[in-house]
This record gives sequence, C-alpha cells and structure tokens, in this order.
Amino acid sequence: MASMKDIKQRKSSIQSTQQITKAMKLVSTVKLQKARTRAENANPFFQHVYNTVSTILAKSENISHPFLKSGDSDRIAVVVITSNRGLAGGYNSNVVKLITESGLPKDKIDIYAIGGKGRDSLDHKGYTIVSDDSPVMEAPTYDDAKEICDKVLDSFAKGEIGEIYLAYAHFKNTVVNVPTLMKLLPVEVDEEDVQESKVEAPMGFEPTDEEVLDVVIPKYVTSLFYGALIEAVASENGARMQAMDSATSNAEEMISDLSLKYNRARQGAITQELTEIIAGAQAIS
Amino acid sequence: MADEKNLFDIEIICPDRVLHTGRAYMVEFNTTEGQIGVFKNHVPITTVLAPGIVTITEGDDHKKQAAIHSGFATILQDKVTLLADIAELPDEIDVQRAEAAKQRAEKRLSEHADGLDVLRAEIALKKALVRLDIKK
Repeated sequence: MASMKDIKQRKSSIQSTQQITKAMKLVSTVKLQKARTRAENANPFFQHVYNTVSTILAKSENISHPFLKSGDSDRIAVVVITSNRGLAGGYNSNVVKLITESGLPKDKIDIYAIGGKGRDSLDHKGYTIVSDDSPVMEAPTYDDAKEICDKVLDSFAKGEIGEIYLAYAHFKNTVVNVPTLMKLLPVEVDEEDVQESKVEAPMGFEPTDEEVLDVVIPKYVTSLFYGALIEAVASENGARMQAMDSATSNAEEMISDLSLKYNRARQGAITQELTEIIAGAQAIS
Repeated sequence: MADEKNLFDIEIICPDRVLHTGRAYMVEFNTTEGQIGVFKNHVPITTVLAPGIVTITEGDDHKKQAAIHSGFATILQDKVTLLADIAELPDEIDVQRAEAAKQRAEKRLSEHADGLDVLRAEIALKKALVRLDIKK
C-alpha cells in the first residue's frame, strides 16, 4: 500500500491539473460563444450567395465556364481546416481521418493546410502539403478566407489542379460537430435547391451570365471558406470544452478515490501505532 | 409617391453582418454597366456592383446612404439584395483615414515606381474616393 505521503503528493498533483482543465474549459466556453455569434452573423451572406449560384446554375445548361467543369489536371486540392492547438479530444484526428478514409487517391492529393495539427499529422502520413496558412486559425477574417480562396482558384485557373475539396468540422451544436468533406469546384448544386429557385421569374444577368459567374463563384467559394473557418473555430472550442469537462470530472473522481485511500492509510497508521503501544505495555507488565 | 404598395424589401448583406434591412421606394447604385435606379416590379436581374454609393429612398424625403466597394446585386420584383465584401454606413467612415489613403494611393500612382501593383493602387484610390464622397 502506498504511503500517506505518496498519496498526498499524487492528490495535490491531480488537483492542480484539475484547476488547469477547469480554467481551459471556461476559456473555451467564452471563445465558443464568440465564434458561434460570428458563425450566425455570417450565415445570411452565405445563404444568399448559395441561392444566387443555384439560380444561375439552374439555367446554365448551355453556359460553359471554367469553374463549372473539371480542369484538365488530375490533381485534387483538399483544403483542410483543423486547429493549431491540441487538447480538444478527437476533433483534429476526426478531420484527418476523413481524408485518409475518403477514398481519394493519396498520391494525387495536394493539401492546403489551415491549422497546424492537421498539417503535421497529414505530413507524417506522407501527404503532399503545398501550402500552410495555419496562423489564420487564431482569428479568421473574411480577408483571410479571400486570400486562401484566391490562391486555390488561381491554381485551378492555371490548370494545376482539377478539383477542389474542403474538409472541416461542421458545427452542429455545442456538443456535436460533424467532420465534413465537400466538393467546391467544379460547382455541384443539390437538385432540390435548384427546383426551388426555378419557381421565381426567369432571372436576367448583366453584363453577361459568364461575367456574373466570374464574380459570383469566387465569392461563393470565399464565403464557403469563411463559413467553414469560423465554424471550425466554434467546433474546436466546443470539442475542447467537452474534453476539458470530462477531464475535470475524471480528476474529481480520482481525487475522491485518493482521499478515501489517504484516509484509510491514515486510519491504518493510527491503528498500527496503537497496537504497537499496547503490545509494548503488555510486554512490560 | 411613396405609397405602401410601391415599397419593396431592400437588404445589404456583408460577410460578417447584415448592414441594412428595410423597405424602400427606390434604390440607386453603381454597376459595372453604369448607374442604375430600381423601383418596384423591376425585371429580375443579377448584376455586378462597382464601387460607389448606394442611395435608398425610403419615403418622400427620407434617404439613406451606404458605401459599397465590391459585390453583386440580386434584383427581384419585390426585393433587392446587395451582397458586398465591404460596405459601410456614413457614420462608420473615418474621413482622416480615407483622406490619407487617397493621398497614399495617388502618390503611388503618380510616382509609378517599378513593381507597382497598379490595379491594387487604383482599387485603394477608388475606395478612398467613395468613402470621401459619401461624407460630403
């Protein structure tokens, strides 16, 4: 049985760890609230861009635009959004797993990493990392999203890549995030959404369909990136909040277990001391 | 003129917020094809915005303005939506900053140094001009 001193030491070490996890939980709760508000504010913009894109595509059967068909290249760009910091449970590894298990051929993938954890583990697994914008994750802005979008679209326009995917953790609610892999380009729109938008009167485009697409599609991709970035921040903090919550309650459990052990050891020591005194007294008489 | 039946919905949406939402009698703004004014029951059109001032006429002499730098507009018969990367209300604009930006851009364009990103300087100049314009 461990000595009283050992138990005491272990208990106090767990107590200080618990203080840290508690504090981290509070921090991520606050950050989560902020990220959530931002995600909600960004939604109207995205919804509208998406509707516009689907409306255009609904009547675009005879529009030929580079963004609507696969490029000549067989390389696939995957933009991977993870966090820069760990201690968020399975958050990062779930996103990484999404790519490794996606069935996309590994040697054809170019990774555009946003977030150090995903970059490191994909690098370790032997994927090609072509760009790294990890610092963006600290405080993603629309301009950041635009910069990354321009970079990826530029490669697409040059024909270096033929398809663009986006992998991130979709923020469903505080406790649930869903790792999502979606295809950005060539643009694909859900049949149902198109049907809905067909109800409207026929839409005209000025100056031309192509020129409107030139403006709208980069905006569509940018707003998707932006939405994904802030949702990823929310998911990250949600995941961390949960991980830290269970760490704190685990620590609580361990502390109560150790307290019990400590008290038992103390009781045992007292009993032993008494037995020794009594035995000594008996020996003298 | 500004009867209830002549009003339509107007929304100005930025990536991180909804800048303005309300009803209007007429909306004027710049497109790449030139300046246009929109009344109710306009033909549905999607068009690309050029930097400029959006003027929303809500009533007989009740106008609102905003500066818009890039984006596109969706015009439906009873609703106009402007989507902008950057849009500002007049009281959000810092005149001194815009003035400084204007001078900086002009200086760059007039010096025409090597490796100058002309397009970028021009965009910066346009932005500054729109901002100063709306403050007048």
